Amino acid sequence: MAEKKLGKQTVKLSNPVSISSTYSIVGPKEGEGPLAKYFDMILEDEAWGEKTWEKTEAKIVKECVAGCLGNEKVANADIDYLFSGDLLNQCISSSFGIRERDIPYYGLFGACSTFVEAMSLGAMLIDGGMADNVIASTSSHFCSAEKQFRFPLELGTQRPPSSQWTVTGSGTALLSSGGEGPFITHVTTGKIVDMGIKDANNMGAAMAPAAVDTLYTHFKDTGRAPSDYDLILTGDLGVIGKKITNELMQSRGIDMKNNYNDCGCLIFDGDKQDTHAGGSGCGCCATTFCGYIYNQLKHKKFKRVLFCATGALMSPTTAQQNESILGIAHAVSIEV
Amino acid sequence: MEGIKRMKSIETKKDYQEYVDKVTPNSQTAFNILKAFMVGGTICLIGQFILDFWTSRGLSEDDASAATSISLIFIGIFLTAINVYSSIGKFAGAGSIVPITGFANSIASPAIEFKSEGLVLGVGAKLFQIAGPVLVYRN
Repeated sequence: MAEKKLGKQTVKLSNPVSISSTYSIVGPKEGEGPLAKYFDMILEDEAWGEKTWEKTEAKIVKECVAGCLGNEKVANADIDYLFSGDLLNQCISSSFGIRERDIPYYGLFGACSTFVEAMSLGAMLIDGGMADNVIASTSSHFCSAEKQFRFPLELGTQRPPSSQWTVTGSGTALLSSGGEGPFITHVTTGKIVDMGIKDANNMGAAMAPAAVDTLYTHFKDTGRAPSDYDLILTGDLGVIGKKITNELMQSRGIDMKNNYNDCGCLIFDGDKQDTHAGGSGCGCCATTFCGYIYNQLKHKKFKRVLFCATGALMSPTTAQQNESILGIAHAVSIEV
Repeated sequence: MEGIKRMKSIETKKDYQEYVDKVTPNSQTAFNILKAFMVGGTICLIGQFILDFWTSRGLSEDDASAATSISLIFIGIFLTAINVYSSIGKFAGAGSIVPITGFANSIASPAIEFKSEGLVLGVGAKLFQIAGPVLVYRN
């Protein structure tokens, strides 16, 4: 019997899992954004002394994991599992970033939803008695993502207003069976939602229905309402996706206008930083959470947060073959 | 609520696409065309000055045209290398893509980007990533 299961897609942890430590590294552009003061490290340039963007991203992962463990002074040997993922083919930033770590490792791909996917799996392992300390980490890099998904950086093109800006950065969280919190209490695992959107320059619209599906299911499974949370936070829907999510939820009779926000809208100042519809990438919600949100939870400014990361499951090949963009969203409920 | 009214009829993927089209802002086409016209025109004007220069140096019409193309290609690649052409392109759109300087930019930018994968499978194989379709279908 799955006695911890609530409804169809939610797990209620019997022993809430503590998020004992977090660390965030961001690029220079994110370091000029509204959340700058909450990040642990801001890079001075996009390359960080490396010869390729892929090496830079792997270095960001490496240093971010090191920073997270250093914060809490936990030895490598105490870590039972490490879950990590990124946007690059075959998740190379994660595996190359942690290759010297000597920790049992699971590489994940959930596109930009990977951070919450990693937190969900880690929390369930700990609650299941299979681990005491688990690291959840993700990264993205504007330059490596442009190279893989779009055009060379120096190509002179225009971006449409609905396009989003891939965040350069990595966020790492240490989950523990003991600790002072904040605590992960519920995990809602999302399903793939395909509403037929094919425009890779409108990821917010492609992912919003998945966020709506997961949030709606979470409220149904737990019997909670949006008002039970200080903040409902989606991963990287951006301005357009946020608007769609609000309206779709409203049409289902759920009003989240007052306490809903999106990491893609928080991390950049759209008017000043020319980021069009907002931030995106695995690093977007990971750095926003590990920097800003974790700080607010620690200072009890937020007491209960529903954190729902959204991902677009696609590749340049599927886009060229005219397939639609599949959306996914995973949520965790976090309280102090 | 305006939002609810828009939403009520969404049942199919087609409904959703129509709704998304409504909430997604469009590019400022008229303004973009004006910018493209101004910048594209300026590039052509510079080309004309270069052509006049080569002609004044005593080159025949054909040779002066070839020298002008070479000069513009050099300028396009130079501006790409010093990270300026991408900013011009962001402002001008088609205005800086269509002239020969844009073609030079479309060759130079993958060369810079894929240098890290080596001269054969990186630069060599990816050089025409953007320009390839133009060469294949230009007629």
